[in-house]
Amino acid sequence: MAAVKMSIAKALNESLRKAMDTDPKVLIMGEDVGKLGGVFRITDGLQKDFGEERVIDTPLAESGIVGTAIGLALRGYRPVVEIQFDGFVFPAYDQIVTQLAKMHARALGKIKLPVVVRIPYGGAIGAVEHHSESPEALFAHVAGLKVVSPSNASDAYWMLQQAILSDDPVIFFEPKRRYWDKGEVDTDAIPGELHKARVVREGADLTLAAYGPMVKVCLEAAAAAAEEGKSVEVLDLRSMSPIDFDGIQASVEKTRRLVVVHEAPVFLGTGSEIAARITERCFYHLEAPVLRVGGFHAPYPPARLEDEYLPGLDRVLDAVDRSLAF
Amino acid sequence: MTVESTAARKPRRSSGTKRAAGAASARKTAAATAQPHDAEPQLVQLLTPEGERVEVGNHPEVAEFAAFVADVTTEDLRGLYRDMVLTRRFDGEATALQRQGELGLWASLLGQEAAQIGSGRALRDDDYVFPTYREHGVAWCRGVDPTNLLGMFRGVNHGGWDPNGNNFHLYTIVIGSQTLHATGYAMGVAKDGADSAVIAYFGDGASSQGDVMEAFNFSAVYNSPVVFFCQNNQWAISEPTERQMRVPLYQRAQGFGFPGIRVDGNDVLACLAVTRWALDRARRGEGPALIEAFTYRMGAHTTSDDPTKYRADEETAAWEAKDPILRLKAHLLASGGADEAFFEELEAESEALGKRVREVVRAMPDPDTMAIFENVYADGHALVDEERAQFAAYLASFEAEEGH
Repeated sequence: MAAVKMSIAKALNESLRKAMDTDPKVLIMGEDVGKLGGVFRITDGLQKDFGEERVIDTPLAESGIVGTAIGLALRGYRPVVEIQFDGFVFPAYDQIVTQLAKMHARALGKIKLPVVVRIPYGGAIGAVEHHSESPEALFAHVAGLKVVSPSNASDAYWMLQQAILSDDPVIFFEPKRRYWDKGEVDTDAIPGELHKARVVREGADLTLAAYGPMVKVCLEAAAAAAEEGKSVEVLDLRSMSPIDFDGIQASVEKTRRLVVVHEAPVFLGTGSEIAARITERCFYHLEAPVLRVGGFHAPYPPARLEDEYLPGLDRVLDAVDRSLAF
Repeated sequence: MTVESTAARKPRRSSGTKRAAGAASARKTAAATAQPHDAEPQLVQLLTPEGERVEVGNHPEVAEFAAFVADVTTEDLRGLYRDMVLTRRFDGEATALQRQGELGLWASLLGQEAAQIGSGRALRDDDYVFPTYREHGVAWCRGVDPTNLLGMFRGVNHGGWDPNGNNFHLYTIVIGSQTLHATGYAMGVAKDGADSAVIAYFGDGASSQGDVMEAFNFSAVYNSPVVFFCQNNQWAISEPTERQMRVPLYQRAQGFGFPGIRVDGNDVLACLAVTRWALDRARRGEGPALIEAFTYRMGAHTTSDDPTKYRADEETAAWEAKDPILRLKAHLLASGGADEAFFEELEAESEALGKRVREVVRAMPDPDTMAIFENVYADGHALVDEERAQFAAYLASFEAEEGH
């Protein structure tokens, strides 16, 4: 099959369909994932084609969803769990952190937990409270979990395939404001490694590193900067655990400047870890301190304020200017 | 905590004369009218504290359960007795090893042997067990070597046995979490079309956890083949059951849509019977059941605990009279089911087990330092690899210095 243009939402749907077709042990679980196809329709049509035994509408209880998914994984299944919104994952946080993340190690490797937890995340959709958060750092901080986020349709398709094939638990953050963005998906392609960053725009003067919904903003910022004669490289990190520090290092050794961008609060966020590691690895290459652009140490604001809260083109360009001014 | 309030929690059968009117059927249990929370619930008993078999003819309400142990021979009874004695010996040895500094902690099952051996011996090999951290007797029934249980309490691992080796999951310390794992596993059993069953152990304290409620509900909604086996040992560390629930625990099942039953947790035969009954239902596709084994934690919560601060000696003494091992011994002696030679041989076996446990624990090596980095991930992780290499280099730097 040649490359086909489809939305991120459709790519995720096709990816789930492919996984269900390939492996009868793959299950989908979550609230409203059956007839409705999920509140974002990511599982649209899957229950109709694969049945209620494999696409399971669950009681409205996130800890129960993840806890039973763990049990199903112990029985040999590969559950793909949908958490309806980012802010609703916390009842399951205990099961994810104390059980899912640690069970392989506790059993000295004798059991595996191939569970994928899909979480639509991020803001800019005008939603009410608890529907716009970016809690990825809370999961990346936990050993035993892997954390990834695609930014485009092709990655949405392939990274979800790879997450489902992984024998480790993967927290799969989906950039909900980008669900309807379209891109080419080649379902016959040979995908890159799941946890490797990718240069999505080459540049010479500064590296913008982002993932998920902010990659698009960074590409726009790089285009705007180019009009001012600044050559900005954009790196799609794709994975927050593990983070591809080698990939970031290679870019920074070339550009000598790094700005990390995410929607999540800056404080103790992914960008903080990257700033610390890259400062250690590239101390003599850096022309400026690593800068971070992200959310504030405040609850995610009411929707009428989210345009101000979220890092937009101007805030990213401001950081680019500050870095270049060093 | 007063003696009066614990008296209110005494099982009815302890009076000896009243009927042991257990919930005789699922239908009856589900239809039971709500009792005031301070009423004494009834419980299934087949062997009295004095060691007498409850006559089914006089107690037709236990007939349904008694039928599940009709095949139990005198030899089987001796086997159950042996299991309980050896488990208690192992448990006592572990407590002593903690006092000697060989273990960092121990959670004793003293007093709960009947609940664990009775339920554990009801299981088939293909059934799966999700324990708490106190199921040493169930582990024994599953064939898990008791010394394997001690690694986590010594601090050399977090469990480490192969859960699939004996269909006995790792001990779970976070209270109640494993009830959801059991439910999910049971959902998988049903999807596979197997007739195995799953049993989830938990305690009276865990019954307050949301995960346990969610497990009850998921298993009911999906009609999963799981048995919830609660050992109500009356104490969640220092908190009595009055601080966990306002209705007898087994009655909670009714609200979720499956039968709940209270059994004399110090009666190994009754525990065997009701667990077989519940497993049988699960195998036949009739869904989950809740068993509340009414028992008593004779020891401390763990070796770090001091029960004299919160409970009365009189309460403990009252439960000593209902000891699970003594009542079966009394029965075996009175019925001629065992002679002195049996008890002597068992004592020798018990001594040998104690000796082996001591020797194995004292010889248990500390893990290799680099084990910190092992099995964090199944498919590897770049950061773990990096930190492992850095830490190895750091450690090697000392060896290099010493070499000079």
